[in-house]
Amino acid sequence: MNVQKEWTAVCAVDDIPVLGARQVRRPDGVNVALFRTASGAVRALLDRCPHKGGPLSQGIVFGESVACPLHNWTIRLDDGQAQAPDAGCTPVFAVKVEGGQVYLRRDQLLAPIPALAAANCDGAACASAEAP
Amino acid sequence: MNKLKLVLVGNGMAGVRALEELLKLAPDLYDITVFGAEPYPNYNRILLSPVLAGEQTVEQIILNPLSWYAENGITLHTGKTVVEINRVKRIVRADDGTEAAYDRLLLATGSNPFILPVPGKDLEGVIAYRDIKDTETMIETAKRYKHAVVIGGGLLGLEAANGLKLRGMDVTVVHIMPWLMERQLDETAGKLLQKSLQDRGLHFRIGAQTAALLGNEQGRVRAVQFKDGSEIPADLVVMAAGIRPNTELAEKAGIYCKRGIVVTDTMQTVTDPRIYALGECAAHRGVAYGLVAPLFEQGKVAANHLAQFGIGRYTGSAVSTKLKVTGIDLFSAGEFMGGEGCEDIVLSDPFSGVYKRLVIKDNKLLGACLYGDTVDGSWYFKLLREGRSVGDIRDKLMFGESHLGDTGHQGQSKAATMADSDEVCGCNGVCKGTIVKAIKDKGLFTLEDVRKHTKASASCGSCTGLVEQILMFTAGGDYSATPKKKAMCGCTDVSHQEVRDAIRDEHLLTIAEVQAKLGWRTPNGCSSCRPALNYYLISTWPHEAKDDPQSRFINERAHANIQKDGTFSVVPRMWGGETSAAELRRIADAVDKYKIPTVKVTGGQRIDLLGVKKEDLHNVWRDIGMPSGHAYAKGLRTVKTCVGSEWCRFGTQDSTGMGKKLERATWRMYAPHKVKFGVSGCPRNCAEAGIKDVGIIGVDSGWEMYVAGNGGIKTEVAQFLVKLKTEEEVLEYTGAFIQLYREEGWYLERTVHYVSRVGLDHVKKRILDDPEGRKALWERLQFALQGEPDPWFEADKARVDTRQFIPIVPVEVRQGEPA
Repeated sequence: MNVQKEWTAVCAVDDIPVLGARQVRRPDGVNVALFRTASGAVRALLDRCPHKGGPLSQGIVFGESVACPLHNWTIRLDDGQAQAPDAGCTPVFAVKVEGGQVYLRRDQLLAPIPALAAANCDGAACASAEAP
Repeated sequence: MNKLKLVLVGNGMAGVRALEELLKLAPDLYDITVFGAEPYPNYNRILLSPVLAGEQTVEQIILNPLSWYAENGITLHTGKTVVEINRVKRIVRADDGTEAAYDRLLLATGSNPFILPVPGKDLEGVIAYRDIKDTETMIETAKRYKHAVVIGGGLLGLEAANGLKLRGMDVTVVHIMPWLMERQLDETAGKLLQKSLQDRGLHFRIGAQTAALLGNEQGRVRAVQFKDGSEIPADLVVMAAGIRPNTELAEKAGIYCKRGIVVTDTMQTVTDPRIYALGECAAHRGVAYGLVAPLFEQGKVAANHLAQFGIGRYTGSAVSTKLKVTGIDLFSAGEFMGGEGCEDIVLSDPFSGVYKRLVIKDNKLLGACLYGDTVDGSWYFKLLREGRSVGDIRDKLMFGESHLGDTGHQGQSKAATMADSDEVCGCNGVCKGTIVKAIKDKGLFTLEDVRKHTKASASCGSCTGLVEQILMFTAGGDYSATPKKKAMCGCTDVSHQEVRDAIRDEHLLTIAEVQAKLGWRTPNGCSSCRPALNYYLISTWPHEAKDDPQSRFINERAHANIQKDGTFSVVPRMWGGETSAAELRRIADAVDKYKIPTVKVTGGQRIDLLGVKKEDLHNVWRDIGMPSGHAYAKGLRTVKTCVGSEWCRFGTQDSTGMGKKLERATWRMYAPHKVKFGVSGCPRNCAEAGIKDVGIIGVDSGWEMYVAGNGGIKTEVAQFLVKLKTEEEVLEYTGAFIQLYREEGWYLERTVHYVSRVGLDHVKKRILDDPEGRKALWERLQFALQGEPDPWFEADKARVDTRQFIPIVPVEVRQGEPA
């Protein structure tokens, strides 16, 4: 079962704009949002705001956060948590950067959303725990 | 590293607020110790009156529960009064011997009630009205005794009297001055107030001077005796004749005091820079404030310096007053009594109990006194604080801001009369009850807090006035008293104006430069300041500052409008609302080819294609082959026109032609907010030019120009600016006005708000009275737009990052997709 832990290359770090994002397609149509912070770190979240499902990849990236483009919820890039007083979270994807390449885990890329939510978030607070 | 030690003396609203601000800025800088003389954690002193009146409980007015102190690692000593400061050893000592060492000391000792020096003042049953203990004494007394006398007909005294009456006592208010609340109300309003309180069963002895308090054999007060020898029965006497800053501790430590502990603009005592003072005990520029809003501003400044940022300055506050007696609407601010060189505007309707007095001097609002209808209190207070000229709105001033329709809340303008289930915020569906509950449960104080917790007034903002009123009623005091200067966002203390000035004066060209120069606290701003900074840079230094797409909201980054499902809409430009068979055919073909679900005609005379996938945007633009309509931009949207003299039998001017010329001259223009023009060919005004940012109306002899209209959140009729003869003049005057707005407007401020901030007189001076300046403005706009690309067709030149339109498809996902 070592397939589970395999990494798959998705793009080069430079393919993501600094303080910007790219969308990586997943089989069920809900993308992964890949973010690049000012310090060069790459983060990945399910591209769906816990509030009303807005595509986080389209938001403004600042510090370690992104502002959802629909209603301006602020979501942390490292743990997917909404900034208080808003409450909620979106699943986080593991990211590996090696030789300028960005890798995501194959099992996470292909996993159904409820499984991602169960593994990544505090299930109760995670709106994504319900199937779309 | 050892932390610095901070000691706060005075566990009240001012001191704890400063700690909260400090913890936000520098959570780990200090070991904090707090001394409070009362046995409670910090509570909202302003709400003692509702507690007395039985409308709230003591538990409900606690602001910081004990757990808050624990969570923030604060050592709290309640029930201990600090009696000594040793400034040499830097130690404070409490009455029980508890000591604490300090590196910085914050004094927030508040004030003491003034006790009349009359015989009998020490009898049992004679109290002040200051804290929870006094309140509880009153509640207990009301259960057992009948007659109460309140000495002092000011704010506090009347609230006490009202509460005691509601608790079933027979209450007389003794007031030495000729009318009630003489420091907040003029004589007419004071008399109206007295009448309304008398109707509620309160008795008054106006102008009476207390000579002595008489006691019975048990040493309890039984009567109040006046100078004229008359007596009234009293089982309880409440002294509410004013407060005095509590400076005893500071004076003993040799700190200079004069009508309070004297502090500088940084809230440091003039005697010892390690010691800060704020709140009611502090005298800043000779003033000791007794209201809440100033204390909060002081707290911010003190926290800023304690956090070692060293950039805040407190420069004094304008204050306003509101009486917390349920059912009585009263508001006053500024110099409402008038005086030399002042003019009064007065509205008096004694039958419905409404009285309003506005005091104006040199075309500026100097004071306001409102009774019976206080809806516009916060608006008057804002005009007063900003000190802007009101000459151009003088005729409307008395009728307030709310006489024109704000949409979205059923035309409600009085929060007090709304039911808990009434919707306040139509955007986010927030009811009054929800807001009241959040304010009470979470101890909210500011509009900003309410927005964060409830989302009320957080979208379009049209219900802001209502939310402010609810805040006033629920939290007490006037929390809408935002400082004169409002910080741009949480990343900084500087205002929009200061940023604009710095960018121009220091020739700043990048966001990073601005943030470094002005001391931004965050590494790269936030979603609120970055778009503003980007706009200020490119509008101030066109062709020099480079646009930063990652600092733009998604609509301006993708050049399409994001929809609730994450798809986008496309609105191609139709000059003046005119189109052709060829254009319509191309649009129809694109709709079929890209399976666009909805096609809608917009209010701006164009066609909206809704539900376009992001990856299709580029192809849709190319296939349609029409210029960008910028329907997504803070910039020129549409120029709405009527058919005009070319076809219309009433038309006096070629409005369509004029509109097209205007649109071609100004499209691709970014602005602080969206901009819409309208051109009508006759005064029937079919293009609805009267509610546009610039409205041009054709008449037989030329064109009338109107500015700063708005058909949105707040329906606002555009104001007449000038009558023009030629089309060239229309272009020049419109261009100059809009460039003035581009240069002076604050980000997200519509023309209506910009003009109401600077005044129409200012606009007239710049556009009408200064032909050279007007031409220069028009030229600067043309220079800025020179060679400006169409982002749909010149992506490179417009700095559009086209990678965003191409999703990354990993190989495993591609394999799973149908071929």
